Amino acid sequence: MLRDITIGQYFPKDSLLHRLDPRVKIVLTLCYIIMLFAASNPIGLIIGIVFLAVAYGVSGIPAAMILKSLKPVTPVIIFTAALNMFFIAGDPIWSFWKIQITVQGLWTAVVMSIRILCLIAGTSLLTYTTSPIALTDGIEQLLDPLKRFHLPVHELAMMMTIALRFIPTLIEETDKIIAAQKARGADMESGGLIQRAKALIPILIPLFVSAFRRADELALAMECRCYRGGEGRTRMRRLKIQGQDIICCIITGFCIAAVIAVNLMAPHLIPM
Amino acid sequence: MLAIKTEGLTYTYSVGTPFEKTAVDHIDLEIEQGEFVGVIGHTGSGKSTLIQHFNGLLKPTSGRVLIHDTDLWAKDTDRRAFRFKVGLVFQYPEYQLFEETVYKDIAFGPVNMGLSAEQVDQQVREAAAFVGLREEILQKSPFELSGGQKRRVAIAGVLAMNPDILILDEPTAGLDPKGREKVLGEIKAYHKKRGNTVLLVSHSMEDIARYAHKVLVLNRAGVMMYDDTAAVFSRAEEIWKGGLSVPQVTRIFSLLREQGFPVNESVYTMDFAVQEILRLLGKEASHA
Amino acid sequence: MGKEIIEAQNVVFGYPLEGGRKSPVLRDVSLSVAEGSFVAVLGHNGSGKSTFAKHFNGILTPDSGTVTVCGINAAQEDRLYDIRRQAGMVFQNPDNQIVATIVEEDVAFGPENLGLPPEEIRRRVDKALTAVGMAEYMHHAPHQLSGGQKQRVAIAGVIAMTPRCIILDEPTAMLDPQGRREVMEAIKKLNQEQGITIILITHYMEEAAQADRVVVMNDGRILLDGTPREVFSHVQELKDVGLDVPQATELCWRLRQEGCNLPEGILTEEECAQALAQLLEVGPHACH
Repeated sequence: MLRDITIGQYFPKDSLLHRLDPRVKIVLTLCYIIMLFAASNPIGLIIGIVFLAVAYGVSGIPAAMILKSLKPVTPVIIFTAALNMFFIAGDPIWSFWKIQITVQGLWTAVVMSIRILCLIAGTSLLTYTTSPIALTDGIEQLLDPLKRFHLPVHELAMMMTIALRFIPTLIEETDKIIAAQKARGADMESGGLIQRAKALIPILIPLFVSAFRRADELALAMECRCYRGGEGRTRMRRLKIQGQDIICCIITGFCIAAVIAVNLMAPHLIPM
Repeated sequence: MLAIKTEGLTYTYSVGTPFEKTAVDHIDLEIEQGEFVGVIGHTGSGKSTLIQHFNGLLKPTSGRVLIHDTDLWAKDTDRRAFRFKVGLVFQYPEYQLFEETVYKDIAFGPVNMGLSAEQVDQQVREAAAFVGLREEILQKSPFELSGGQKRRVAIAGVLAMNPDILILDEPTAGLDPKGREKVLGEIKAYHKKRGNTVLLVSHSMEDIARYAHKVLVLNRAGVMMYDDTAAVFSRAEEIWKGGLSVPQVTRIFSLLREQGFPVNESVYTMDFAVQEILRLLGKEASHA
Repeated sequence: MGKEIIEAQNVVFGYPLEGGRKSPVLRDVSLSVAEGSFVAVLGHNGSGKSTFAKHFNGILTPDSGTVTVCGINAAQEDRLYDIRRQAGMVFQNPDNQIVATIVEEDVAFGPENLGLPPEEIRRRVDKALTAVGMAEYMHHAPHQLSGGQKQRVAIAGVIAMTPRCIILDEPTAMLDPQGRREVMEAIKKLNQEQGITIILITHYMEEAAQADRVVVMNDGRILLDGTPREVFSHVQELKDVGLDVPQATELCWRLRQEGCNLPEGILTEEECAQALAQLLEVGPHACH
């Protein structure tokens, strides 16, 4: 069923974005988010949109995937837009009874919506172009300096890796358990909320028992391969910053600078 | 009335994606009531997919499945009712146990059937007896039991529904020789007592040779052969070439036949092998 | 003459029960394994074979008696790391040994734990995967592999640590015949080409028959110890403790019981066919 689809929407391709160091991508994504929310006028926003469009173009991710990532957020956007449109004070454009839409409200709604859309699309681009294991490696190495503050960085990374490793396996197992219980007449489709919750027990208990058993066996197997925690461990693959990473950082830096510059030069081009 | 009948049964996974795969390809099958059928095929031959059609867990991509002459996917068919008529024991069934006591777990099926408490009790105890579980075990937690005991509990859970058709997917997987013999012996005894239809899916030709009347050989999503056990084993060379293993005795006799000895074509059990050699030597066996 | 890589002397072990008692599993077992040999430990479930194997890399320590692995006393907790560097272990469940999301990363896990430099790890990973025939699956995810392939990855993960000895605890119990064949071939290759000592715990006699030496365990004791031919000729003893012998061996044994003149020590189908052919040539005088 879900066997052949990797978790986290990773979309394998061989583009520049796919080849960037994951640490760089994570940091640049954060910078992008800051860029979006720092822009205080439309030109700044447009810079953000263009930046995103170029990034997507370079990555080779099909446009359909962008829409896919935005679909779940649509209710949030509509809700936020509505809130902003109807409830911000200012110069009214349209009114009916007690409800009115103001110019400020309209612009705020538009800006907020664009920000959220770009935010989601931007972070989705990160997960589309970076495999879960690369993300884990990136996060682990970014957080590495925090080890001196006793943050269990290695352990966290190991947990994430093992979780990612076992998600497809556990999904398969869940399918099997569901099939086995259905074969004995378990009914998970009918009944009220409570009944359906109860119907999950024959699925969840075997699943949990199995997960604990796997953890036990896996821990033993790891110990037998001389695992002693993070101390003294080396890694076969070390992430290395390359020329292309530096170039992307510079480009992003310029964009942020541009946004700030535009903020300072034309602060209130449009009432926002 | 046929127990199971399929017409052009086809099942394809992940239709329309690049991962599309036809697991079962236009299978026409007729299994009579009361048969004990061994189903063999290597991994990927479609065994597990095929049997999940018989209790309505999977919907055919095309074709029909009829149980006791009822089309499972006709508009008014109550498919859930058929889950109780066609009992399916999956591989490593011990991993599906979940109740507080063995009794309750075995009772899960009968309770879902809506039976009265007395009937549930009767069917649970009968099923437990069939698989050789003693009284004391019924009140224990399934998680306290050994692997072999857990498997029996899981099998009992399906037997307790008193299905007309019992399908077991590799019930001896992971068991040692003693364990295998016990489980298969119990299934054989169950079949004899109940007279229902039993399908035994297995990789082990030896097991099938000893217990099944008929053998269904699957190969690459299709039916390679469906015939009486003796007839199937007489075509051992074909099966061997299809990538499946045959019992050693069958191979040995195949080698003898190659050398020109007039040995019987369908030797697949130890007893028959012994008898056959003695027959050629002009002797009777002193004990069977 | 090889050094003894594992020496177990008078090992007694029991699992702790409630009330401070112990459930006896190993009752005074002694075994010496020469370096470079391929030893199979055969026994049904409950014979103590897996428990015994877990003493060979310090997972369990004897209640009395000693186990010495590569010259180190396995009871010394602070030397476990050194022991496990030299004695690797492969377990029964293929899934629950694989840690990483990609094959090559999992094989690198062991060397990474040893703190080796990245280039050395890379070299070892490539070599190990090639040795088990899984090099082309280097970038696959574990859930895309079959059982036999997963076990081979697990074996690669162990040999990447260049141990002197590998202990395999029923590695094929959960695999289909194809997977079993793949794993056995990989193991034999490692033993023959690289001289790695192999200790194979199994209940499949076809696998034990491929070893240099078979140790049969029953009820916590060693029952038989010798070459496969020697051990399997004790057909009655093996049957008494619930074990099988290859059908080729059993057939000849049964015929011998009927008075036929057949040689002992037959193991394979070819040998059996040959012996039977000679018997049939002689005709009725062959038996009395």
